[in-house]
Amino acid sequence: MSEVLTREEPRSAVKSNVILDVQDLKIHFPIYGGLFQREVAAVKAVDGVSFQLYEGETLGLVGESGCGKSTTGLAVLRMLPVTSGKIVFEGVDITNYDQKQMRPIRRRIQMVYQDPFGSLDPRMTVADIVGEPLEIHKLHGNRAERRERVMELLEMVGLRHDMIDRYPHQFSGGQRQRIGIARALAVEPRLLICDEPVSALDVSIQAQVVNLFQELQDKLGISSIFVAHDLAVVRHVSNRIAVMYLGTIVEISSRDELYANPKHPYTKALMASIPVPNPIVEAGRAHHIIKGEVPSAQRPPPGCRFHPRCPQAMPICKEKVPELRPEGKGMVACHLFS
Amino acid sequence: MAEITDTSVAIRQASTKRPNAIVGFFARLFREKPLGAAGAVICLIFLFAGVFADLLAPYGYNQIMPINRMKPPSWQFWFGTDNLGRDIFSRILYGARLSVIIGLSAAGLATIISVVLGITTGYLGGKFDMLVQRFVDAWMSFPELVVLIVVVAVVGPGMFPVIGILGCFLGIAGSRIIRSAVLSVREQSYIHAAQSIGGGTQRILWRHILPNVMPPVIVLFTTRVGAVILAEASLSFLGLGVPPPAPSWGGMLTGSSRNYMYLAPWMALAPGICLTLVVFSINMFGDALRDLLDPRMRTHR
Repeated sequence: MSEVLTREEPRSAVKSNVILDVQDLKIHFPIYGGLFQREVAAVKAVDGVSFQLYEGETLGLVGESGCGKSTTGLAVLRMLPVTSGKIVFEGVDITNYDQKQMRPIRRRIQMVYQDPFGSLDPRMTVADIVGEPLEIHKLHGNRAERRERVMELLEMVGLRHDMIDRYPHQFSGGQRQRIGIARALAVEPRLLICDEPVSALDVSIQAQVVNLFQELQDKLGISSIFVAHDLAVVRHVSNRIAVMYLGTIVEISSRDELYANPKHPYTKALMASIPVPNPIVEAGRAHHIIKGEVPSAQRPPPGCRFHPRCPQAMPICKEKVPELRPEGKGMVACHLFS
Repeated sequence: MAEITDTSVAIRQASTKRPNAIVGFFARLFREKPLGAAGAVICLIFLFAGVFADLLAPYGYNQIMPINRMKPPSWQFWFGTDNLGRDIFSRILYGARLSVIIGLSAAGLATIISVVLGITTGYLGGKFDMLVQRFVDAWMSFPELVVLIVVVAVVGPGMFPVIGILGCFLGIAGSRIIRSAVLSVREQSYIHAAQSIGGGTQRILWRHILPNVMPPVIVLFTTRVGAVILAEASLSFLGLGVPPPAPSWGGMLTGSSRNYMYLAPWMALAPGICLTLVVFSINMFGDALRDLLDPRMRTHR
């Protein structure tokens, strides 16, 4: 099974130049209250996240619901106000770009959405949906040329030419996701942000769409951030994986290293939660169950955010925030390693 | 292989220009929505009657025939005559012109105002939404009639003040309905997708939001047509609408016909039936239009 899931060789396409550099990113959503609607608190959805993405690389962002992984993806697209930190894309600091300045950048960064049913305008045909980015960025002058390009894109994502004049409701979930991918690829982006692109699909369809992602990435050399909570899917597509917990990255490492040798107690617990396909092995396996609930992102616990649930917590964990520092082949934020 | 290339060439050449789109639309209307088609036909008949009233009417709309006062319907006077001896059929034809023009243009104006206000406030939100919606609150708190009396006193009675006032009133009130529809559409992820691929506000408003709020827009328009024709009737009754002797259906329904309701019921029946028929058929047509314009309702796959 694992032979099927993992790819034998690391991607050769990965180059060493950084395409995206996120530095100490914080996204806080203010909560207004009281008589004058003053800011009384903030949900710290992303609280000091730093990572670098290399050209041609796929970075998996994993973590449980509410850990800020989707928010991080949206922030890179500049679809959310950034509280502090820096987002540097292709050497340009886009943190404070307004929507007008972002427009040429939007051609370089595209997004694939989670919900294949909501992300396509039900009143538009495939030709219009996939052709819209081309129209916005004035890439293929007239309708006939755009249509030609849309055909190419449909072919690329494995859809038939004669589907071009259909409406989204005439497609299955997997097909719609392919249309969404075609739309994202239309403008030849350099960075693709995939926000749980397969989690709404049936398992059998998931595999097809994941394979499509890989094919396209190998062929086009696009860098991507792959947000997901399904560790098996992430393992399949990523070169490196960042594990997030409550708005921070707790461990970031190459895929093989992370799965073979998880360091952070939270990563270990996540890995242990992946079911083993063999029922006999599964039944005899020790389960590391994390106790308790995810604390509120409004008032995260002091020190290490994972300490209230950590089986290996030490006194220092309650006081000092662990920094993300190199450990072995990756980086981990845990006092056990400092 | 040859077949495959043939079809793909055909698809390539079907470059979105469809000259038969209108013909195709009407074919679908008659095939899939017979009731809506009937509504469209009735509306067209009334439009035709209004436009060609001069040719079709056997008498003038203000041609008084004292000998023939309050005659019941007959071969000579199809819908009878009124208390002044005027042919009601002729007045209905001329009235169609007035009522249909007022109905369509005031409802059209109202719908445009509703759509522009509703879509911009609903999508942009924030302070702009707050300001405009408080203005709408204030506007709606004025009694319609009082404003109308003031406006008519200033500019004088006539068709255009009536269209303007009714259009503004219904339009501003209706913006709430469109706004609430926009609020749910704008949260859809296809709107988010359009933003993230770099679509500007104008594109999102008119290319994504408007088509997706078309169902309430069409319903709003069709119900407004009936409402306007009836509102014009009550205004005419107060002497604030189109001044007599111009024959509006509302005026015919509410004017002197009330005094003669028992003696000559046909005086009120004819305009009443026509009014009902127009309102009903516009609603039927609107419903059919709403369904036909929705790609999800198409039967063929």
